[in-house]
Amino acid sequence: MQHSIPSAELGPRGQAMADAVSSCVHCGFCLPACPTYQVLGEEMDSPRGRIFLMKDVLEDRLPLEQALPYVDRCLGCLGCEPACPSGVQYGDLITSFRAHSERKRSRTFFDRLMRQVVLQTLPYTARFRWAARLGKLASFTSPLLPHRLSNMLAMLPAQLPPSEQLPEVTPAIGPRRARVALLAGCAQQVLAPQINRAAIELLSRNGVEVVVPQAQGCCGALAAHTGADRLAMEAARKNLRAFPGDINAVVTTAAGCGSGMHEYPLWLKGTQEEAQAHALASMTKDVCVFLAELGPVGFAPLADPLRVAYHDACHLAHGQGVREQPRQLLQMIGNLELVEVPDREFCCGSAGTYNLEQPEVATELGERKAAAIVSTEAQAVATGNIGCMVQIENHLADAGRCLPVKHTIEWLADSCLDGHGSE
Amino acid sequence: MHEVSKTSIVSVCKLGSRTPRPSGLHTFEPPSHFWVDAVEIPAASASTPSDLSRLAPLVDQLRQRFPTDRLLTQPAQLAPYESDGLTAFRVHPGGVVLVQDASEVVTVVRLCHEHGVPFVARGSGTSLSGGSLPVAGGLVIALNRMNRVLDYQPRSQTIVVEPGVVNQQVSRHVAQDGLYYAPDPSSGPVCTIGGNVAFNSGGAHCLKYGMTANHVLGIKAVFPDGELVELGGRSHETAGADLAGMFVGSEGLFGIALEIVLRLLPLPERFHTVLAAYDSLEKAGDAVASVVASGLLPGAMEIMDKLAIEASEQAVHAGYPTGAAAALIVELEGPEEEVAAEIPRLDAIMQASGAYELRVAKSAADRMNIWKGRKGAFSAVGRLSPDYIVQDGVVPRSRLGEALAEVQRLSARYGLRVANVFHAGDGNLHPLILYDGRIEGQLHQAELLAGEILRMCIRLGGSITGEHGVGVEKLEFLPEMYGEAEMELMNRVRQTIDPQELANRGKLLLSASDVGKQSHAPHPLESAGVISRA
Ligand SMILES: Cc1cc2nc3c(=O)[nH]c(=O)nc-3n(C[C@H](O)[C@H](O)[C@H](O)COP(=O)(O)OP(=O)(O)OC[C@H]3O[C@@H](n4cnc5c(N)ncnc54)[C@H](O)[C@@H]3O)c2cc1C
Ligand code: SF4
Ligand code: SF4
Repeated sequence: MQHSIPSAELGPRGQAMADAVSSCVHCGFCLPACPTYQVLGEEMDSPRGRIFLMKDVLEDRLPLEQALPYVDRCLGCLGCEPACPSGVQYGDLITSFRAHSERKRSRTFFDRLMRQVVLQTLPYTARFRWAARLGKLASFTSPLLPHRLSNMLAMLPAQLPPSEQLPEVTPAIGPRRARVALLAGCAQQVLAPQINRAAIELLSRNGVEVVVPQAQGCCGALAAHTGADRLAMEAARKNLRAFPGDINAVVTTAAGCGSGMHEYPLWLKGTQEEAQAHALASMTKDVCVFLAELGPVGFAPLADPLRVAYHDACHLAHGQGVREQPRQLLQMIGNLELVEVPDREFCCGSAGTYNLEQPEVATELGERKAAAIVSTEAQAVATGNIGCMVQIENHLADAGRCLPVKHTIEWLADSCLDGHGSE
Repeated sequence: MHEVSKTSIVSVCKLGSRTPRPSGLHTFEPPSHFWVDAVEIPAASASTPSDLSRLAPLVDQLRQRFPTDRLLTQPAQLAPYESDGLTAFRVHPGGVVLVQDASEVVTVVRLCHEHGVPFVARGSGTSLSGGSLPVAGGLVIALNRMNRVLDYQPRSQTIVVEPGVVNQQVSRHVAQDGLYYAPDPSSGPVCTIGGNVAFNSGGAHCLKYGMTANHVLGIKAVFPDGELVELGGRSHETAGADLAGMFVGSEGLFGIALEIVLRLLPLPERFHTVLAAYDSLEKAGDAVASVVASGLLPGAMEIMDKLAIEASEQAVHAGYPTGAAAALIVELEGPEEEVAAEIPRLDAIMQASGAYELRVAKSAADRMNIWKGRKGAFSAVGRLSPDYIVQDGVVPRSRLGEALAEVQRLSARYGLRVANVFHAGDGNLHPLILYDGRIEGQLHQAELLAGEILRMCIRLGGSITGEHGVGVEKLEFLPEMYGEAEMELMNRVRQTIDPQELANRGKLLLSASDVGKQSHAPHPLESAGVISRA
């Protein structure tokens, strides 16, 4: 599409934005893949429409404030990217546009407060733990709280698991086949520390030494996707320093964090660290990808047959193109019957802080996903992202189906044999 | 209004938009300023002042009937509706109504008629000829939310759908009963049945089964004056004039389809899909001619040239023979026994066709992959070039090789790359002319080249459009294809049905006031001083 975006004036990411607009041919192939278009049925809430709106804003034809409601409603799920035959890098556009617009937009006091609360707590394990505790304490007042806040509180588990320190080095069991560094993640580590524990156990049983660099921090994805680009850059820089070079891979267990680390080159575009960011991003792999490449030692069958639905986390499937490996691994477990969820490419509505910002759409998507899962008659769910797990569990419960929802890695670790063939 | 004789309506439909269309014209000169790039048509000047003054009272009326989230009037809400798949044009509409059922459409159309405000129906906005481009100061009636299946009778193999149902959803809906809906435009995952009806859309498999018109049994529509009509019916055979056939391909000029009765077919028992690689385009074209000459009727025969293969491979990784000058897909389909008997015949022809590589799809997934590569090809070309013009024209099948060689010569002469993707089986060419709008003068060259290709189609006895319609893009060319009497007849039917020209004004047929001055003249919007070259 022709445009007159002054890319040079828009900083290092101006070109990325202009390129995305320029490669869009307005064919509409992305419409069926976009959850917000499917729910809301209007062109402004489609990828094609948003590209048009962002283009108009960047060209100074349309006031930013007018376009924002529709841009804000974008889940950032990237469902539109694989659907686009023209190869539009929508993710680069929306992330860069959000950073660009954050400096220009005005937010209400409550909005600013919410934003600060989220940005200053979620990415920090200790702060988030405290906030979550306080939040649960305060939840008896939730009927009095604004809808958005009460929605957030509803997401928190009734009881937080005790805090856990991950070992700095876990040796391989049996002969060492590889050495990796694990990104611990922040919210996941508070809400579900068993996931990283499972990952470490699984890896070490498969002959992998696991390092957890103590200087690491949040991956920065939350900040980047809400337009807080400076925070995101800081987070990226911190991790560039923290992760050692003498490893075979950086392994992530949360889809959102993995896809965030793959974006480091975009966040650090035009800075001294750009090359280093490329290097780190190319080493970063979801734990299932790493394990599938390595070749797992083996899994013991489940005691009884079980139908398990696999849910594609957007930031794995669309963000990192990881669809087959988790399925392959899960299918190695005897007695586990893997079932596909209809409309599997659709977001569950969790999408980072989307639940807090766009509760109506998030709820609708959560309900649809729960209904789709229920239709498969699955007895349990596997997925690769903590946000999806919480969202799906809650909506299944609302639909009256309290199915166990576990991370792919938990399923694998539970059945994993070790190098000596024992469980 | 329905005093127009049935026969005249029917003859218009026969003349209208079925493909391929022969033409007796020999002289053909496209207007030089025809393709314009991202031309913006400002509201104030594109419509008459009275259109604009009529809009406000209409919007007031609509406000009483539609909630604000379904009556869009803010600039940011309207901007995304300014274009369809042809981004060369943008028009800012006066408003957009998101309708949810047939009665709402009728209400809106009646109000438009009452207030004299033009309206444009919109499905998914994938038209490549500006069909769903808004009219400045007019209303866009967005039908995408009307996506319900109203009735489905597997035993009589019919389905009744609302116009916003997406093409491929129909096949998905009926697959469990071993049925499918045959017309398969490449845009099938996106485009709506309403849009298909308006454009008489086709696809790769229309070679064997015909275009949309052959699969629509009946249409319930609202005419531009608000009258509800039922054209055709549910029966597979009808008596009297084919009124549904008249509506199909009329590009929205006869009002809005509200319910469409579609004919379904049993899913083919067997497919046999062959992908052949050639070192020249002519050889691929000749292979198609040999298949046709043998009396075989494949479900589809599609050709892609080197550039199209390259683009599609980048997008889909379907395993096409990169480096080949042309790839030909031939697909046999039908009952098991029939296909089994045809396979050796096809194999013999393909072996003798000079292909340097032949690949047969071994599984359903393999076949899907080959088709995915073909169907994503248009948009995939966006990877090769910042801008391109999708041309759509028809040449007689027997002259395909000649036409392709001519396109290659033209491409070399203009120094512009042309990617070719086409329905070889019915001679429907889709040359994609690649250019870079930022390079001074390239757009103009691309336009000239596009014009020459159309001129060639006419010269070879073909048509200026195979399936993308006339829309805004080829408005000026239609009179070049038809004689004065035929144009006059079409205009008469239009005048009878819609004397105020409210439905899809500015598309397919020139306004009555412009008739007579069209040939070789600038685009009417250009004459009005509304558009100019970017
Ligand atoms: C990548 C790509 C590939 C394509 N491939 C093909 C192909 O293989 N074959 C093909 O034939 N076309 C193809 N097209 C063109 C386009 O998809 C078709 O013309 C399609 O039928 C348009 O459907 P739509 O729902 O997008 O309609 P729109 O673009 O929204 O509208 C098209 C026209 O139909 C009118 N209309 C819409 N709904 C109604 C209704 N209910 N009643 C009356 N009029 C109505 C509109 O006013 C407009 O004039 C392709 C387009 C793209 C972008
Ligand atoms: S599919 Fe890609 S090129 Fe087509 S409209 Fe969507 S983003 Fe643009
Ligand atoms: S990222 Fe998701 S919500 Fe946003 S436009 Fe793309 S598909 Fe739609």
